[in-house]
Amino acid sequence: MSKEELVRDLQAKAMKLRRESLFVMKEMGMGWLGGSFSSADFVTALFFYRMRHDPKKPQWSERDRLIISKGHACEVFYAALAEAGYIPREELKTYSHCGSRLQTHVDCRTPGIDCSGGSLGLGLSFAVGAAIGAYISPDEENLKADVRHREARFRVYCILGDGECNEGQVWEAAANAFHYRLDNLTAIVDNNRFQSTGPVEKKMNMLSLGEKFRAFGWETREIDGNDLSEVIDTLDWALTVKGRPQAIIAHTIKGKGFPSLENTNCHFIKITDEILKTGLEALKG
Amino acid sequence: MKSRFLRKTRDVSESMYAGHNRALIDLAEKNGKIVCCYADFPPGQVGEVFQKQFPDRIIDVGIAEGHLISSAAGLADAGFIPFTHCHALFALGRGYNQIRHNVAYDHRNVKIVLCNSGVAWGGIGPSHLAIEDFAALRAIPNLVILSPSDAVSAGKATLAAADYAGPVIIRLPAVGAVYPTLYTNDLKFEIGKAICVHEGEDVAILATGIMVNDALMVAEQFKKDGIRARVLDIHTIKPLDEKAILSAARETGAIVTVEDANILGGLGGAVAELTAEKCPVRMKRVGVKDVFGESGTSEEIKQCCELTPPFIQEAVQEVLKAKKGNVASKKRKTPRR
Repeated sequence: MSKEELVRDLQAKAMKLRRESLFVMKEMGMGWLGGSFSSADFVTALFFYRMRHDPKKPQWSERDRLIISKGHACEVFYAALAEAGYIPREELKTYSHCGSRLQTHVDCRTPGIDCSGGSLGLGLSFAVGAAIGAYISPDEENLKADVRHREARFRVYCILGDGECNEGQVWEAAANAFHYRLDNLTAIVDNNRFQSTGPVEKKMNMLSLGEKFRAFGWETREIDGNDLSEVIDTLDWALTVKGRPQAIIAHTIKGKGFPSLENTNCHFIKITDEILKTGLEALKG
Repeated sequence: MKSRFLRKTRDVSESMYAGHNRALIDLAEKNGKIVCCYADFPPGQVGEVFQKQFPDRIIDVGIAEGHLISSAAGLADAGFIPFTHCHALFALGRGYNQIRHNVAYDHRNVKIVLCNSGVAWGGIGPSHLAIEDFAALRAIPNLVILSPSDAVSAGKATLAAADYAGPVIIRLPAVGAVYPTLYTNDLKFEIGKAICVHEGEDVAILATGIMVNDALMVAEQFKKDGIRARVLDIHTIKPLDEKAILSAARETGAIVTVEDANILGGLGGAVAELTAEKCPVRMKRVGVKDVFGESGTSEEIKQCCELTPPFIQEAVQEVLKAKKGNVASKKRKTPRR
């Protein structure tokens, strides 16, 4: 398969995930549309191109971990899990209902979810712990060796929100990731420029997140997070980095794929019949 | 019945942290999954041994207690059994959401060691003296909360925690402070099963942690005056040994609880909740009366926070007096021996 074909396939998949996630949102009548849609492209690339995982064995000990630290944009992840075969598609109808495996923030009770989300700022630390675990040798030095004799058992990917980076613990984790030379850890910041109550630079101006990660010693790239060709190139690049964690600042459009909502604060909105209809129209293959 | 694992004398004292560390080393030798994590906190003997024998299995995260807890959950996901260590108040304070969300809610196999808990160690001042931990942690579902009373039971608690599949809190006092060793090395320690360290039918003193020794001293003194106090070592705050506590309530009709923690919501609160519903008896809670600790020596702090044996004695006398004056009090069922 050529790269162009691959990119086209993934683009079609990402459109499908956006469509499916709209149906998921409709179950609750409200949805984190902005963040689900902005992240749909790199979520697609992770699930269907990069990560080493097996939907038939969600607890496979050597699977790549995906930590969804921005745990509220769950709808696109549930769509991805259904598409990958972790859960039956019919189960998407149970979203947000009491007793459902599909809770309103990502939850470990769902096959394929590695860490429950909802409390912002915690996921990168969890990811660091898992990444350290992938390198630990029980009786000799590997994690701490100057030259590691054994590869990491698995990679860890962590998706954060840009607003989420207000949380101090993100930077505790960032320091640890560099200190422990976690080159098996890739953080992806969904830099869609809006947080819950407004634009990020108006709420809490963190200046450049890329420079911040760089200052913490991470190898950092800033990309168009809605360009699948750039996304897969950068995920490939991440694999080549030795000795340092990687930060991908994915500049995305909040609500990408839903033209009338793009670049607005559609963080958490009511999903009316009209919104569903308009969205599905816009996302027609 | 009194435990057969009690030492005949209490002439040896040791740090509970040392007991905990010995158990960790023993565990780590047998189980490659044991990992020790610290937030810039002294590891003691574990540090010396692990750096040589298991260098990858000792992790320091820097002064970052929230990260300490969340990253331990990640380590557990990677297949390890992490034991985290830092000041009790900072695990609680800076790591509370993390304990609740990453560890308890996701039922991770993480063991959180609260070091330097309580006020009795005085030391470095109120900012570091945890009185809230029992109360705050009891309200989180899925947590087991252990509060051992000496170096032997601290070691056994550590082994029991490693064996238990799920989140465990182990509350330890000041790492450098020594306390009388109560138990023999073959102590049988079961999570959720209180240990009777002194028999009696007149009153029950339910104590935990470092206060068990004080409770024992008080019971021994009362025995000379013909008052027989049952003393239970409540080494598991959650789940509570309801059977032992309700038996104590039924059989003695008077309870005193003793803890180096706030009397609001800790052991005293837990016992009051239980007995109020199932077997109301006269009760008095001895502990920190909702005040912050202070800088000072251990003796000074124990005095000003009313944690010395005379305060336990006073509480026992108070409940006995109230019991006598209680119209509804039952007649003695078992004869005095």
